[in-house]
Amino acid sequence: MARITFIQNDGTERVVEAEPGMTVMEAAVKNNIPGIAAECGGACACATCHVYVEDAWREATGSPEQMEEDMLDFAFDVRPASRLSCQIKVTEALDGLVVRIPEKQF
Amino acid sequence: MSETVIKTDAVIVGAGPVGLFAVFELGLVDIKAHVVDILDRPGGQCAELYPEKPIYDIPGLTVVTGQELTDRLMDQIKPFGAEFHFNQRVESLERLDGGFRLTTDDGTALECKLVVIAAGGGSFTPKRPPLPGIEQYEGTSVFYSVRKMEHFKDRDVLIVGGGDSALDWTLNLAPVAKSLTLLHRRGEFRAAPASVQKMFDLVEKGDISFKLGQVTELHGEGEKLRSVTVKGADGATFEQPAEVMLPFFGLTMKLGPVADWGINLHENLIPVDTAKFETSEQGIFAIGDINTYPGKLKLILSGFHEAALMAQQAHKYVYPDKKLIFQYTTSSTSLQKKLGVK
Repeated sequence: MARITFIQNDGTERVVEAEPGMTVMEAAVKNNIPGIAAECGGACACATCHVYVEDAWREATGSPEQMEEDMLDFAFDVRPASRLSCQIKVTEALDGLVVRIPEKQF
Repeated sequence: MSETVIKTDAVIVGAGPVGLFAVFELGLVDIKAHVVDILDRPGGQCAELYPEKPIYDIPGLTVVTGQELTDRLMDQIKPFGAEFHFNQRVESLERLDGGFRLTTDDGTALECKLVVIAAGGGSFTPKRPPLPGIEQYEGTSVFYSVRKMEHFKDRDVLIVGGGDSALDWTLNLAPVAKSLTLLHRRGEFRAAPASVQKMFDLVEKGDISFKLGQVTELHGEGEKLRSVTVKGADGATFEQPAEVMLPFFGLTMKLGPVADWGINLHENLIPVDTAKFETSEQGIFAIGDINTYPGKLKLILSGFHEAALMAQQAHKYVYPDKKLIFQYTTSSTSLQKKLGVK
């Protein structure tokens, strides 16, 4: 189990438990976290599951691959910490992960 | 606006895989269909979101891409001669005596005996950047597609994005606009390399500018845009003059006008019964991702099943006096004639 904290733009926080193997997007959707639309269902094809990974966790979550970087072009207010949460696989090593949800996903 | 009214048996709203297979199932029971879709080609999400991505759960096909599945379905339904109305969205549905009249956003009117809503996740619409006040400029200074080149003639044009739409329109509008700037968040592009090269050639000749950054604010009066604030790659902001802005951030799915057709909805989905896949309204069916029922799975294969059962009920609306005899394509000469193989 890995505990993931989602912080909304207004500062509200929710902590959810995620099974290793699922994606951060799936953990959000399963727990009805607002602001993660995930229109394409996790195919890295829509950029509506955009999150900002907290600095302390950026190394552990790695950097986007080419496909994800391309898809981030369709996200709004992209920053160095931007990731598509459908492309972050949950592992035990990510227990405690903190991600922020952008103000809008479009 | 076209004045003529098209008359047909069925109108299918949505040309995704399930809408396409509905043409097949309706065709087998002698129901002619017209298909309307907002995109410029068939395939729906398969064509727009995953043309190159693999699908592994289509029965009988170990692996198939979204585009290949679309191509195969188009081939499979060819014998039934469905007519397609692309780049159109059905705006309104009126009830007529014994049928319906649908009107699309370009004024095409279709009269039919039954309607099949196979609209998936909704109609694809361009993403609107969540910039405060953007609505006031839409249609006059902010456009999400190019319908008339003259909107851009002799104006300071800003194009935002790095995909094919952004690059293609940069190249096409460069000779028309007074000035043209392409703004993109990074130096790499997902657009075709040849277009990117042509764009850089124009930059080198001094015809257009290319800048790195993201728009954060819009400035103007009334519906006239004057400039935008851009956060550059280095984090510093600058002011970019722009009379017209074209943001290209891909498409998103919205339920759209279906919500106003008097059909019961549940959380933006259409409840149906699982014997006929009919909605709360007689003669209006819903199949594929847009419907909901106990145990529903949003799978293409489930949509195919739903299309088959829908067609059995649809037959009653087109041929109220004829009894439908269930037949197999493997053994029925009459079905094989319809398929053009006998």
